[in-house]
Amino acid sequence: MSTLPMDDFAVANLSRRGFLKGLGVTAGALVIAANWGWRDAFAEEKKSYGADGMPNGWRDDPKVFLSIAADGVVTFVCSRSEMGQGVRTSLAMVVADELEADWAFMRVIQAPGDEQRFGNQDTDGSRSMRHWYEPMRRCGAAARAMLEQAAANRWQIPVGECQAREHRVVHQPSGRSLGFGELAEAASQLDVPPRDSLKLKSPEQFRFIGKESTRAIDGADIVNGRAVYGLDPRFEGMLYAVVARPPVYGGKVVRYDDSATLKVPGVVKVIEIAGSPLPSEYQPLGGVAVVARNTWAAIKGREALKVEWNDGPNAAYESRAYRDSLSKAAHAPGKVVRDLGNVQAVFDQASQVLEAEYYIPHLAQAPMEPPVATAIVNDGTCEVWAPTQAPQVTRERLADRLGIPFDKVTVNVTLLGGGFGRKSKPDFVIEAALLAKEFPGTHLRVQWTREDDLHCSYFHTVSVEYLRAALGKEGRPEAWLHRSVAPSISALFGPDPKHESPIELGMGVLNLPFAIPNLRLENPEAAAHTRVGWFRSVSNIPHAFAIQSFIAELAASAGVDHKAYLLQLLGPDRKIDPRSLGDEWNHGESPELYPIDTARLRGVIEKATQEAGWGKKQEKGRGLGLAVHYSFVTYVAAVLDVEVKDDGALLVHRATIAVDCGPQINPERIRSQMEGACVMGIGNAALGEISFANGRVQQDNLHMFEVARMPLAPKDIAVHLVRPAGEVPLGGVGEPGVPPIAPALCNAIFNATGKRIRDLPIRAQLKDWRSA
Amino acid sequence: MITLNLNGKDHELDVPDDMPLLWAIRDVVGYSGTKFGCGMGLCGACTIHIDGQAMRSCITPVGQAVGKAVTTIDALHGDPVGQAVQQAWLDVGVAQCGYCQGGQIMSATALLKGNRNPDDAQIEAAMAGNICRCGTYNRIKSAIHSAAGKLEAKA
Repeated sequence: MSTLPMDDFAVANLSRRGFLKGLGVTAGALVIAANWGWRDAFAEEKKSYGADGMPNGWRDDPKVFLSIAADGVVTFVCSRSEMGQGVRTSLAMVVADELEADWAFMRVIQAPGDEQRFGNQDTDGSRSMRHWYEPMRRCGAAARAMLEQAAANRWQIPVGECQAREHRVVHQPSGRSLGFGELAEAASQLDVPPRDSLKLKSPEQFRFIGKESTRAIDGADIVNGRAVYGLDPRFEGMLYAVVARPPVYGGKVVRYDDSATLKVPGVVKVIEIAGSPLPSEYQPLGGVAVVARNTWAAIKGREALKVEWNDGPNAAYESRAYRDSLSKAAHAPGKVVRDLGNVQAVFDQASQVLEAEYYIPHLAQAPMEPPVATAIVNDGTCEVWAPTQAPQVTRERLADRLGIPFDKVTVNVTLLGGGFGRKSKPDFVIEAALLAKEFPGTHLRVQWTREDDLHCSYFHTVSVEYLRAALGKEGRPEAWLHRSVAPSISALFGPDPKHESPIELGMGVLNLPFAIPNLRLENPEAAAHTRVGWFRSVSNIPHAFAIQSFIAELAASAGVDHKAYLLQLLGPDRKIDPRSLGDEWNHGESPELYPIDTARLRGVIEKATQEAGWGKKQEKGRGLGLAVHYSFVTYVAAVLDVEVKDDGALLVHRATIAVDCGPQINPERIRSQMEGACVMGIGNAALGEISFANGRVQQDNLHMFEVARMPLAPKDIAVHLVRPAGEVPLGGVGEPGVPPIAPALCNAIFNATGKRIRDLPIRAQLKDWRSA
Repeated sequence: MITLNLNGKDHELDVPDDMPLLWAIRDVVGYSGTKFGCGMGLCGACTIHIDGQAMRSCITPVGQAVGKAVTTIDALHGDPVGQAVQQAWLDVGVAQCGYCQGGQIMSATALLKGNRNPDDAQIEAAMAGNICRCGTYNRIKSAIHSAAGKLEAKA
């Protein structure tokens, strides 16, 4: 480690400061077999929800998460990965508030992967704040109580007369006070008070929680280029590698010729990495690695490499043909996942039946930082530095693949240059460790190029959604049939079930909250031919796109205003037990604590439409589009004001977003997450497509897999934070902003042009709309 | 050997002429603020200044920078315009993950050096080559206006 400030990795030093004692790795190997984010959601014994239901649960011990130095600096150990959602700032705000700390004294360091010590660290599912808000409040409050007790002991007075206020403990009657730094040593000797003795602040006492003023903890490092991401840890004499991976999922190396590669100056060695049998879960795809003295030499070396591949069982994967097969499956009965009333009987007698088929292709997360990791393997130990959303899972897989004990593996978590689900899968970290093993005692970095990232991602699923409705009086649907056809993420972990998992179906299909008397939801078969994985918002994206587009189509066909139609479909305000809809998952949350509240859906619809000036007359070529979606136990409505130029180019004048995520901890980040989700959602809809031919991804770089650039972003994004009536628990924020965007955009395009977009991406579909 | 003037200091580098500046800066010299995003000049994460012009270091051979002054985000705080841009980024709260923001700031600084009061269309044209996957574009625009305003007030 040479030139970089590496404070983020100086975790071990903490044991010498204040509270934190011996932050080492825990003893004993903990290797959980089917260890993925949703892993035990359907275990038969499952009784626990929320943070309790996550592997290794939660912790709230201040001796684990906090240290206070003699100079008063508070160091908070953030156990959740930072990828732009602001978790390092938001959790620090929560702790600092209950601690009564001065924000200027707050520092944050990143926890290594160690769930025995820190509780669950899987940073996915939009659940960091909703699972960690209460534990971190208690953590801060317990530390505050210890500081107050330490002051009381020092002054020999009852603790009830001592009060922590802005980084000091004050004795009101005498006006005496001691700084946190002066009390830290003594406080650290005290036992952590029992949970039921803690006095949490009341909301009117909050100084940071729910307030706008707190600056991002990493802001200054970011703008100065000092923030440390996965590709930044630097070590004396380190090696750099890139890997030629099989271009087809399941492909293998037949033979390779590295004679030209080895002549490239700087190339050190060429090493074959063994792939894994399908399904490959989080294991590397295998291939041939070029190890060099710098990244460029490795890249040049790989260009000179000749590899012959056996493409394996997915060699024929072709997106156009696959789409036809999904479409065919969608037009025939499939596995019934929910059935209410008698849909067929209504269809048989209906005078007006509408049907539509929607398509969303594969997408790549394409985080700006492509996968990258650095490893060192020596004397039966392994240490890695990685931008991972899943440090514990990474550690388990490393121990397993290297055949060394879990406690000999250290996973240091850097900042993530974007995650979006890609970095929940540690294949790239395992690659680094496997290669580093060939150079004991030397640090080795595996760098994925953008081409690698796009060719070998864990792609967002591809789907055809078929919807059919019979309209009755006032044009309302009397019967509703939805067939959702998409390869499942489950296919990564075992034999391909060819059906969406209950979790994927629970993202908008099963938990459809509308008051429709006859309802049939089916899930025909679809086989996976590539690695399908989490992509920000996951299956909510295609489900919301289809359902929210279809409702707009029904409204148009009934001649009813879309908003009025949507509210009518929602029915009277009520709280729906998701289990009554066949959704046992409910984003992992308790159905009692987190029912689907249609009043909150109505609330965001009304707020977004009101703020957007819904109903205003616009000239041809410009339109407002509305969509609403409930996901990650949060309610989001969006209205997009879109102009379609004569040549079909899109100009999004304004996005009006209303979000109800329950209590708002860091409103600034809620807004920025909604803004970003809106831009990503527009990019997905307008441009996003990963397609396959001969089993190979056809998009090589960002000129072929296009994402939103500045001109495509709405000229204005107004985010409205809706406060729900009454007490409700926290909802997610990172993901729920994405799903309503694509349908809102396409509904706006319809209102602007009369053209209905059912296939994404939109790309050039609008170029002739004036003449159509 | 190639002499590279980087952030105000000459570095003697034993690298091939065609090595992109990005890798010379990162792997050989050791400044890490300049990020890799695409390797084809498509995303702007690697944006640096060569004699004050915004350039994509991932497609600029190190040989082309000989005899010129190369500045990276790591040293931008020494530049008054750069500093104003960095401050505006903090004031507006632009960054989410932050990975692309060094490149965004380098592009924005170069823009403001050539045009002290860009309008939205000029900002879009200048910044369209810088991708932010987190989608912070509107805040980037606000921050550029804010920096322009502050620089104007100072001038």
